[in-house]
Amino acid sequence: MTATRRQVMGTGLAAAAAFFGLPAIATAADLEEAINTFTSGATTGEGGLTLIAPEIAENGNNVPVEVSAPGAEAIIILASGNPNPNVATFNFGPASGSRMASTRIRLAGAQDVIAIARMEDGSFIQASQSVRVTIGGCGG
Amino acid sequence: MVDNVTARVRVPREASAGEVVSIRTLINHPMESGQRRDDAGEIIPRSIIHRFTCDFNGTNVIDVTLEPSISTNPYLQFEAVVQESGTFQFTWYDDDGSVYEESADIAVS
Repeated sequence: MTATRRQVMGTGLAAAAAFFGLPAIATAADLEEAINTFTSGATTGEGGLTLIAPEIAENGNNVPVEVSAPGAEAIIILASGNPNPNVATFNFGPASGSRMASTRIRLAGAQDVIAIARMEDGSFIQASQSVRVTIGGCGG
Repeated sequence: MVDNVTARVRVPREASAGEVVSIRTLINHPMESGQRRDDAGEIIPRSIIHRFTCDFNGTNVIDVTLEPSISTNPYLQFEAVVQESGTFQFTWYDDDGSVYEESADIAVS
């Protein structure tokens, strides 16, 4: 059997992809699962949670992100387009001065950054911000 | 084992009772994500700091779970309320079992 030109090209591309081992991007199901793990399936409301992230990040290896939600006892940050959607979880203790935290994260490409806060009354609020990334972080 | 891990914290030297103070921390760490490959095509194993805590006089201020999506040299900024003079205790937990500690005193008037 002789391979057509198209078959040969296809095999080459697949081999190249396998060789460079591009990190798999999280699927919608992964994200859903990460959210459900945090909220235990509860519905999330809007408002009261501030998520500050740049609209355009030049370097995906170092994107500053700040979350703040007065009255929250924990805030989780998720990146919908990373190999693993979990980024960080902040649990606030009794000596916490305000329910805010700021850090720097990696983003594999343009995507939505999502923050969910668990309030002291057990409810959940969500905020998201779309970030465009010029040079992706994560992976080689 | 990760070499040259140095933690730096910035805490105000003094504050008034009940004041909310801003705290910034930075620790040198590669935060290897476990997604990258070396020249031979082998996956470089994950090696990150997965947890950070800050306590003030034994009371927890913040407890952070870090995932591989956190940048190299993890930077964290947060706020604490201080009622009396005391010591902030900062602890970072590495995947390899190492624990890095740092402390800072604050005088409350």
